Amino acid sequence: MPAPPLLELDDLTIAYRTRHGDIPAVTGVSLTVAPGESVGLVGESGCGKSTCAFAMLRHFAGAGRILNGRIRFEGRDMAELSAPELERLRGGKIAMVFQDPMASLNPSLTIGEQLCEVLVHHEGLSWDAAGARVAAMLVDVKLPDPSRIMRGYPHQLSGGQQQRVVIAMALLTRPALLVLDEPTTGLDVTIEAGIVDLIATLQQRYGTSMIYISHNLGLIAQICTRVAVMYAGEIVEEGPTTRVFTTPRHPYTQGLLRCLPDVGSDKFSRPLRAIPGSVASPDARPPGCAFGPRCEHFTPGLCDRRGIALEGDDALHRARCVRWRDLVALEHEVAPPNFIPTTTAAAIEVDVAGLTKRYTIDDRGLFAMLRRRAAKTITANAELSFCARRARTLAIVGESGCGKSTFAKILTGLETATSGRLTIGDVDVATLPVERRSRELLRRLQMIFQNPDETLNPSYSIGRQIARVVKKLGVARGRKAIQAETTRLLGLIRLGPEHARRRPGQLSGGQRQRVGIARAYAGEPSIVIADEPVSSLDVSVRAAIIELLLDVQRRHGTTLILISHDLGLVHHIADDVVVMYLGRIMAAGSVAQIFAPPFHPYTEALLSAVPSVDPRMARKRVRLEGELPSAIDPPLGCPFHTRCHRKLGAICVRTPPPEQITPDGLRIACHIPLHDLTRQSGERPR
Amino acid sequence: MIALLRRLPASPIAIIGIAIVAFWVIVALLAPLLAPLAPTRSLQPMALPGDRGPGGIMFWLGTDVLGRDILSRIIFGTRSVLLYAPLATLTAFAAGIAMGLVAGFKGGWLDEALSRFADLILAFPLLILYIVIIAKFGASAVNIVLAVTLGAMPGIMRITRGLVLDQRGRAYVQAAQLRGEPVWYILIVEILPNVRGPLIVDFCLRLGYVIIAIGTLGFLGLGLPPPNPDWGTMINENRNMALVFPHMVVFPCIAVSSLVLGFNLLADGIRELSQTE
Repeated sequence: MPAPPLLELDDLTIAYRTRHGDIPAVTGVSLTVAPGESVGLVGESGCGKSTCAFAMLRHFAGAGRILNGRIRFEGRDMAELSAPELERLRGGKIAMVFQDPMASLNPSLTIGEQLCEVLVHHEGLSWDAAGARVAAMLVDVKLPDPSRIMRGYPHQLSGGQQQRVVIAMALLTRPALLVLDEPTTGLDVTIEAGIVDLIATLQQRYGTSMIYISHNLGLIAQICTRVAVMYAGEIVEEGPTTRVFTTPRHPYTQGLLRCLPDVGSDKFSRPLRAIPGSVASPDARPPGCAFGPRCEHFTPGLCDRRGIALEGDDALHRARCVRWRDLVALEHEVAPPNFIPTTTAAAIEVDVAGLTKRYTIDDRGLFAMLRRRAAKTITANAELSFCARRARTLAIVGESGCGKSTFAKILTGLETATSGRLTIGDVDVATLPVERRSRELLRRLQMIFQNPDETLNPSYSIGRQIARVVKKLGVARGRKAIQAETTRLLGLIRLGPEHARRRPGQLSGGQRQRVGIARAYAGEPSIVIADEPVSSLDVSVRAAIIELLLDVQRRHGTTLILISHDLGLVHHIADDVVVMYLGRIMAAGSVAQIFAPPFHPYTEALLSAVPSVDPRMARKRVRLEGELPSAIDPPLGCPFHTRCHRKLGAICVRTPPPEQITPDGLRIACHIPLHDLTRQSGERPR
Repeated sequence: MIALLRRLPASPIAIIGIAIVAFWVIVALLAPLLAPLAPTRSLQPMALPGDRGPGGIMFWLGTDVLGRDILSRIIFGTRSVLLYAPLATLTAFAAGIAMGLVAGFKGGWLDEALSRFADLILAFPLLILYIVIIAKFGASAVNIVLAVTLGAMPGIMRITRGLVLDQRGRAYVQAAQLRGEPVWYILIVEILPNVRGPLIVDFCLRLGYVIIAIGTLGFLGLGLPPPNPDWGTMINENRNMALVFPHMVVFPCIAVSSLVLGFNLLADGIRELSQTE
């Protein structure tokens, strides 16, 4: 007989009360979590994942309430608990970790005070006894020097350390259930990998049950044994993680997996397929299958009937789809790749040679001013040398703070370089600020920005904003011609001309990002630089934007410079890759060279940090210890030596690494000989 | 702005504010029709409210020391207050916004210079600044507007600068730079519309302060030269009689307070409406 479940959601329906009546956010969700089990909850934003999580604590933001169903924790109905019982439960037996650690920590209390308070409050310990337990827990979450951290305030820690503190706080009372809501979103891949490892280790050690909410399928695959896929407030598929991700039954799950760029595939072998349309708003859900309107297998008369049940081969793996049996037979065909690889010998479009950018920070202390001491300097880019070739995609990767965005600013002229050369065509633009660039040069180079909320001016219609670029860069003259060009550009990003009159606030994030692409292409540029173009978008929207970007690039023969920290994305769309760390190039080469041995140790660590849904990608674990060093006092020698898992010794600390070049042109800056780098990391499965 | 007006019914505070302000605007526009007597005509000194003067003229709010009808003076005084206060506030906003936009966007030494200049003005007690300027250049409408402009400008500049700093790094500003827009275009066409919300609220609040400031100048004898009807001057002229004939002071005071209150309520209403947006 299996152990009784720790948590049981039974036919749970939660609605939010609004002016237009009750709007159901979650409908008929049933889910059990056994002791010690880790269950993943995935789906696009607005699917009711977080509402479910809050319901487990019987906490409803705003006007939410349970319309139907039960939540049982350790066999007791949560609805019957009194307020004091509930309070003991929250933060006691059930703990939560949220996305933004700064929101969970009190900025005016020291870390030690806030952590000890949990034990004093929940377990009635004395402050001294609590302090000892807290220190032990901080060691468990692998924070260095616990006593110093306990005396410090939250803002003195990095984002990754803050999240570790929050996890420590959650685990202090040895909760039976830990609910994690996107705990690593917004952190760098390497930091994320460290935290995910930590969560998995601690979960095993303490036997805590876990509900892990994320839109990152790779992460879920890595740490959850069971997964529930949510769509429009319903669970549409649930089962053991490996089965759900290798043989997905529900078209939505299949769709999600198809839109995932992965290190196992690229644009030549497997184009991404976005799920058409968007999640129906909760007050306009269709009858029958909620996914029906977006499903390519939709059958009228069958899929639009009410009351579709979860079913499947066995009780473990079930999907809410009436046609799942037919769909198993339908092996989805892969669209033929229509990419013709460009040659590595294509003409050089952007040539970077010895590019360096130093920022000076004025020390404005009184003594510093009196002594006229030299200001501190930050080297954001040090001696960068590489080139971007025509009609190819060059990706610049690295953690935040590695100088990727500084390079983008120098290239676009928003900043000027301290020294070095940066030539576009035959013009050296390294020290040419944007206001002194000719119109031809401006036209030649445009940019796609990261944040869809900021990329467009909220005060004007999108048609006006695109038309302004068309006019300003002299692509078309006369009102009619400009309008025709604007309509054409909207068509390019698959928006109808009626969208021209909308304001950015009336568009979704994905649509805004599309408009950003149209604006970038309005000047018919030959070089487009895209700074994390999809990192703040939902999975399915992301795929659509990536494919659009590739499509437009192919049609215009544009040179694309992609700045990203997402190696899955980079592997999917890039032709050439530059790996940066603390402003220096660690490795540079074609995508095939970078993603195969010999690896630079840093590349290896980055690659190993990327979570993949493909269980075959189980790979050697390389975890970076510690934090990114400060750029003000970068380590001497090799900048990476403080975190390197293959550090040789004194030579790495003292001498900057030489640049080694393989016969086929891969550049690696490392002291370790190339043949060693090849041999030792060769066991990575491909 | 139009959208804001359309949502107006949602805020009772804004409606009350608008009603009060509109009342005074109508009074100012129709002053010659509404005022029973000429504001400078001296008839019967120190009549109480409701007294009848020569020829059966009714003094609704009484007369002042010089025998001028207080109601008529308040009605005509509306004109000067509703002309000079908005004018002074507008010039202060024009100067303050221009400085704030440039300082926030350009940064560097220009920002330093403009910010220090603003600090310099703010370091003066405001009233002393007004007195110095008007004592030096003489009491006239132009000088009053100039003095108030100078006094209000630094605050507006600081607000604008902060708002611009927030917008400056946004991608749409960078996109404008990348297509070669000149600085004035970026400041006025791209950034200004996105920072107007807080500035509109501040305009209404500051208009209230400026009305008080102009009233204070009148009270100190630095306002419009007599015999112009001016609320502040009226309070000052009749100050000595306030204990015996409170009506001479109380009614102008009510006039000033109600107008200031009207603008403050309007500001609160706009803030409320823009938050529920």
